[in-house]
Amino acid sequence: MTIMRIIIPRFVMLFFVVFGVAVITFIISHLIPGDPARMIAGDRASAETLMSVRRDLGLDRPVWDQFAIYVSNLLHGDLGTSLRTRRSVAGDIATFLPATMELGAISLILSIVIGIPLGVASAIYKDGPIDQVARTISVCGISMPVFWFALVLVLLFYAKLHILPGSGRIDMGIALPTRITGFFLIDSLLEGRMDAFWSSVRHLILPSAVLAFANLGVITRQIRASMLDVLQEDYIRTARASGLRRRVIIFNHALRNALIPSITLLGLALGDLLYGAVLTETVFAWPGMGTYVVTSIQTLDFPAIMGFTVVASIGYVLINLIVDIAYMFADPQIREIG
Amino acid sequence: MMSVASSTTQSVAAAAGWKSRLHFFWYLTRRSPLTLVGAVIILMVIVMIVAAPLIAPYNPDKLMLSARLQPPSALHWFGTDEVGRDLFSRIIYGSRASCVAAFMIVLISVSIGVVIGCMSAILGGRIDTAIMRLMDVIMALPALVLAMALAAALGPSLVNSMLAVAMVRIPAYVRLARGQTLSLRERVFVKAARTFGASPLYILRWHVLPNAMSPIIVQATLDLGGIVLIAAALSFIGLGAQPPTSEWGALVSTGRNYILDQWWYCTFPGLAILITAMGCNLLGDGIRDMLDPRLGGR
Repeated sequence: MTIMRIIIPRFVMLFFVVFGVAVITFIISHLIPGDPARMIAGDRASAETLMSVRRDLGLDRPVWDQFAIYVSNLLHGDLGTSLRTRRSVAGDIATFLPATMELGAISLILSIVIGIPLGVASAIYKDGPIDQVARTISVCGISMPVFWFALVLVLLFYAKLHILPGSGRIDMGIALPTRITGFFLIDSLLEGRMDAFWSSVRHLILPSAVLAFANLGVITRQIRASMLDVLQEDYIRTARASGLRRRVIIFNHALRNALIPSITLLGLALGDLLYGAVLTETVFAWPGMGTYVVTSIQTLDFPAIMGFTVVASIGYVLINLIVDIAYMFADPQIREIG
Repeated sequence: MMSVASSTTQSVAAAAGWKSRLHFFWYLTRRSPLTLVGAVIILMVIVMIVAAPLIAPYNPDKLMLSARLQPPSALHWFGTDEVGRDLFSRIIYGSRASCVAAFMIVLISVSIGVVIGCMSAILGGRIDTAIMRLMDVIMALPALVLAMALAAALGPSLVNSMLAVAMVRIPAYVRLARGQTLSLRERVFVKAARTFGASPLYILRWHVLPNAMSPIIVQATLDLGGIVLIAAALSFIGLGAQPPTSEWGALVSTGRNYILDQWWYCTFPGLAILITAMGCNLLGDGIRDMLDPRLGGR
């Protein structure tokens, strides 16, 4: 009951945020210099064609009406038509989204699986050699220009050593797995095609390493800081005094409490992950949302750019809402007091 | 950096004069050598920005078609680009575009954020609520995606990308400045000033701002590293500095076309970005740790 009192305002907030996204993207698309009708109709369109395009888009109506049309289209999942691909932006995004999600998920898993133990070890052996290594890794991860790191890895592993592919999701000669989830790793396994699976794995290694490395810094640093906080608590001293084994104290008592504040961070890290994915995908020609939006930016395809912004923002807000709710359930203090 | 550290440690060491203040700073720095590394990096970058014409061996825009895409050598330390410009000189001059852009972004977002935050706290009531809800909405969105959309709409240029990033960074400073102002408003010296009949603006200027600035400056230093990366990234995807300008992100972007045979082209400008961002992060962390007594010797 009490937990609803916390969750309901968050949903109200969610509504405002989504409305905010609509307002902001609407304003941005009206900032664009040039006539959107002309962009769609082309340079040589006649006056009548322009007028009819304008009428179709509702550009001849007052701004408020245009906004109402825009919002109603958004609610119907209509993000407009891409000027470049001439297809619906929503359809394009649906095509490219799974590739980004696959890359993002693998990177997130990698950074968590490496970052948490590294952060824990760094806190336990504070100022020791492990700590120094972990801190160096995390400062490098935070300071690394993602796009450049991606290029360096391509240079090293693709151009010089020839051991890993430098672009795409799968080898040219291999037929794409049938689209079931859109995740190549899962689809190829479902089909039982090991050639496609291994090819996808090989293609995932470099981009997910790049993306995970940037995230790793943030996660290691957060886990280290909250572990250090927790290790000073009285209950840890009590546990130690009562003769519990070190491993039990660290993993059952300290880590579980240190993870709670890190949950919120995970939601925020997704924003970085999204942005990092845009840059990583560009370098690796990964056919996902990032490549789509950067190509759209380079060709000034505004419906596509705004469509991406809307989808990315709403996705980000939703994930953070879920993370916050998870946080409430994970933190017994909030759960009990409500 | 000295001024940041010294002004913020004023309360501790003010009485003993500048010499002991310097000593205090040295003591703290010795305790965390990484902060010193960060400070040295930033100092070097500042020297590079100011003294670019003295350091750079060549004119960064001088074409030399006979020396196209030369590998690093004694003549050209970092090699040359596709029209024979010296990359070392271009990177030295590039620090001006890259770092000044990052600094301007922080400056713009801090100034606007602080003004809005303080006003919001002082005005209070519905205006305060409205401003803060708006900031909540903006902060709930993925900032960089928003900056990309904004920069694309404004048209690709260094100034526009700066404005776009600055816009999305404002809410963080609004929150910080508002929080500071609200807590300072209740302090005795502010109340005293109010009893003496000082106007709200006077109190803001002479009592609130000077005391609110140090946490804001720490936050800004911490942000600087990330913003160097963002500014470079926007140039890399074609939204920031445009080709003839020598800017690090743009250099990496052009160098990418030659990556298979001319490794040096995109490697060195990227290293410059990495080192600068690292300097900002190390220094920012160091300053934060010094000022946060809770963290102790961490």
